[in-house]
Amino acid sequence: MSVLPTLGTIAQAAQEGGLTAAELKNNNAATGAGLAYGLAAIGPGIGIGYLVGQSVQAMARQPESAGTVRTTMFLGIAFTEALALIGFVVFILLKFA
Amino acid sequence: MEDTLTAYDDGPAVEMAIAVDLLRRALWAAPVLIAAFGAIWGLNGAISTAYAVGLVTLNFLVAAAMLAWTARISLTLMMASAMFGYLVRLGLIFVAVWLVRDAGWVELVPMCLAIVITHLGLLFWEMRYVSATLAFPGLKPATKGS
Repeated sequence: MSVLPTLGTIAQAAQEGGLTAAELKNNNAATGAGLAYGLAAIGPGIGIGYLVGQSVQAMARQPESAGTVRTTMFLGIAFTEALALIGFVVFILLKFA
Repeated sequence: MEDTLTAYDDGPAVEMAIAVDLLRRALWAAPVLIAAFGAIWGLNGAISTAYAVGLVTLNFLVAAAMLAWTARISLTLMMASAMFGYLVRLGLIFVAVWLVRDAGWVELVPMCLAIVITHLGLLFWEMRYVSATLAFPGLKPATKGS
């Protein structure tokens, strides 16, 4: 409920500070892009850490199944990484396109 | 249970086998994607798509090489390489796109779309093959002479 007045206040403060609407838009796009990239990298980081940790434990418990575990682990890492890539794509499109 | 710090896996490098398989599939899929995006975004779109496909396949190969190499040393080192390798590779992809962003041949939209589509498309394609061979080992394609 208080978000819109806050944004209005920021815009007003920016205008008083000499920022044009285009500069303000660029600033907001840069902030959004940074947040998109940064936040999108956190989830896959946790996911890959958990995935690889469990895989290593599985390999230590059953060395004979290491080949199967490594196969699924590699695919799991790549799938998890796709989330970060989507965040990266959003970042590039917001920042440079 | 073995100690993961000293335990290692000297079995076949399955990651490299998967990555090479992904590369082979990419060679089949890339012309279709390049032609499709080239038809929409022109020559620059086609070149940008080719660059993106190359980036994704290189990313797979680097990830596989790092995991296969470190697994032969220590499982804990493999875990570390998976984590820090993820950060490093994400940074390298960023640098690879950032360096060419102002080049005349770069179309960012098809490049970004191609990165996501190629990455996910190749993975789903490979997953179908891997899940079938894991579930039904008897159906695994035999090599010549075996």
